[in-house]
Amino acid sequence: MESILVLTHCDETGAALSKGSLEAVTAAHELAARLGEALSIGIVGSKAESAAQSVASAGARVLSVSGEAFTQPRFASDAAACTAICRAAQPTLVLAPHSSRFGRVMAAVAYRLGGKIDTHIASIGGTEGIEASRWLYRQRIEAVLTRTSRPWFLLMDGGIHEPWSGEAAVPHAEQLAVELPAFRTRFVGFRSPDQGGAGTIRPEAKLLFVAGAGWTKKQPDGQIRAAEAGDLILQFLRLSAASLGSSKSLVDQGGDGNAVLPFLNHLNQVGQTGSTPRHPKGLATCCHGEEPHVVGWRFIGERRAISLDPNCGWTRGKADVVYIADAFQVMARLNALLAKSGS
Amino acid sequence: MHLLLSGAAKNSRERKMPNFFHIVVCAGIAPDPLQTLEPATGPNGPGIKNEMLLPAVLDPWAASALYEAAHLAASCAGSKVWLVSLGPKAKLQQLMMTVAQKASFELIAIDGPIGGFTDAHATASVLAGTISAIAGLDKTKLLLFGGWESATRGAGVALQLTGELLGIADQFQGVDRVEMSDDGSFEVLERVEGGKHLASNCGGAPAVLGWATGNLPEPRNNPQVGMANMRTMMPALQKAKTVALDPNGLRYISVSLPSRQRSTRVVKDLNPDEIARELVEWIGAE
Repeated sequence: MESILVLTHCDETGAALSKGSLEAVTAAHELAARLGEALSIGIVGSKAESAAQSVASAGARVLSVSGEAFTQPRFASDAAACTAICRAAQPTLVLAPHSSRFGRVMAAVAYRLGGKIDTHIASIGGTEGIEASRWLYRQRIEAVLTRTSRPWFLLMDGGIHEPWSGEAAVPHAEQLAVELPAFRTRFVGFRSPDQGGAGTIRPEAKLLFVAGAGWTKKQPDGQIRAAEAGDLILQFLRLSAASLGSSKSLVDQGGDGNAVLPFLNHLNQVGQTGSTPRHPKGLATCCHGEEPHVVGWRFIGERRAISLDPNCGWTRGKADVVYIADAFQVMARLNALLAKSGS
Repeated sequence: MHLLLSGAAKNSRERKMPNFFHIVVCAGIAPDPLQTLEPATGPNGPGIKNEMLLPAVLDPWAASALYEAAHLAASCAGSKVWLVSLGPKAKLQQLMMTVAQKASFELIAIDGPIGGFTDAHATASVLAGTISAIAGLDKTKLLLFGGWESATRGAGVALQLTGELLGIADQFQGVDRVEMSDDGSFEVLERVEGGKHLASNCGGAPAVLGWATGNLPEPRNNPQVGMANMRTMMPALQKAKTVALDPNGLRYISVSLPSRQRSTRVVKDLNPDEIARELVEWIGAE
């Protein structure tokens, strides 16, 4: 017999649940229905009661911790809030979104509750018991695991479940009081790197555009044309609304003081030491398609690449289509066609 | 607060320094990312086939943490860096020949299992116990560094739990930058959703910082640094405590390679105009 709690948090407005939280509610609701067990929902945020309206239709017990101290992410306050909700709900299974906010605290919360945690959960299944699947070795090996320890915390990766979208209503939310420690950490603000409008990985974009180190290398004419490359890429991003990713080697060139494509930084990095985005389509340009980079493409649906090298990694089963061509020429034509179709 | 300096300076001076740090970096071993990985099941559960024979690297994000730690220690006089690493002793010894040339640190080696299939809670328990036992470590000055996720398990759990076990109430994950103030407080940038950073101000040590990439390039090999590190490294490896990691109720039901293999169409005979037209169609298609 399990008792299921889904822990959620508000988005930046403080009055609505984050997308990842709503996805976790869907996952928990499905699990509770499958097991025939009751569901509780815990909410952390400045106006958690307002946020609770969006999950009233889940028919769950709702517990909330709200107030100014919970407006912004902070380890000490978030860990205290989640611990208080868990102590009130006494769950055996805790689901939560693997957001930056909860990823920072949930292992500590599990420890405080005497539980165990597994993160980056891609799915929950099992016929006899609870089985969770996740990736290891940076998306190179898939594992299905289970635990006997309870409470068992499962942090769900985003983009796998649909966000909960039941009808809004006014639920009866139990407001919990939390004893907070003296804070040594103060929220300063959110900062976006100045990238000349290029942006970084944007999960909502339909297309991931990856720029590889080849853009800044000597071209067939013997020249380095980094400025032209930057213009072509920025123009394409404006016209296609694509999300901008990069390989590590190109980003590192900027870090080493060679400001070749100055709008790229480590937040653009896709792969082993970067992100693993989930766009439906991806287009790689001037990139070798080496394994450390391509592991970051695990969840990209359709993949195409433009490369001068017919033996690059993309041609070895890593992309659906590889165009052996000069990316400068192709992107210039592509931008012209996109501009024409948009005008 | 007093700090006894190590090495040559140890005998000659004891300085009073208001703003120094004791930085402990937790870093594991990961297979070189260029290696092909194949899961295999042994008597102790799943693992990677021939993992002991595969070339290994210091876990990449933890390596960023080590470089940042060395940089910070160099800029805050009186600071010291310990590198706590859990892995098979022979593998650690092999790896440290390279890592030792990158940054100054004192190695605390723990002889234990390799790989991403071990339980993070057991790892954290061993790390916390080892760190607590470091002679001369001032926990009020402790900055616990590591990668925010490993390249093996990739859970982002072990460092956080280690901090919790050590009673550290300020934790930051996905750190890209730390800016120290004269009073020992610091501003920290953590990666959050939407390609942004969360900026926070922390009153000072103790704190946990799980690093993402940071801002420093990989240092060049410095043989002098390597020689200095080696003086303490070999004894540290010799006295490495052997540990077994409790699975804590974790059981793997299956471990497999992803099955999808793409049949790539390599297009060599289209001109740029034709490719552009094909791409426009593809981008616009639902």
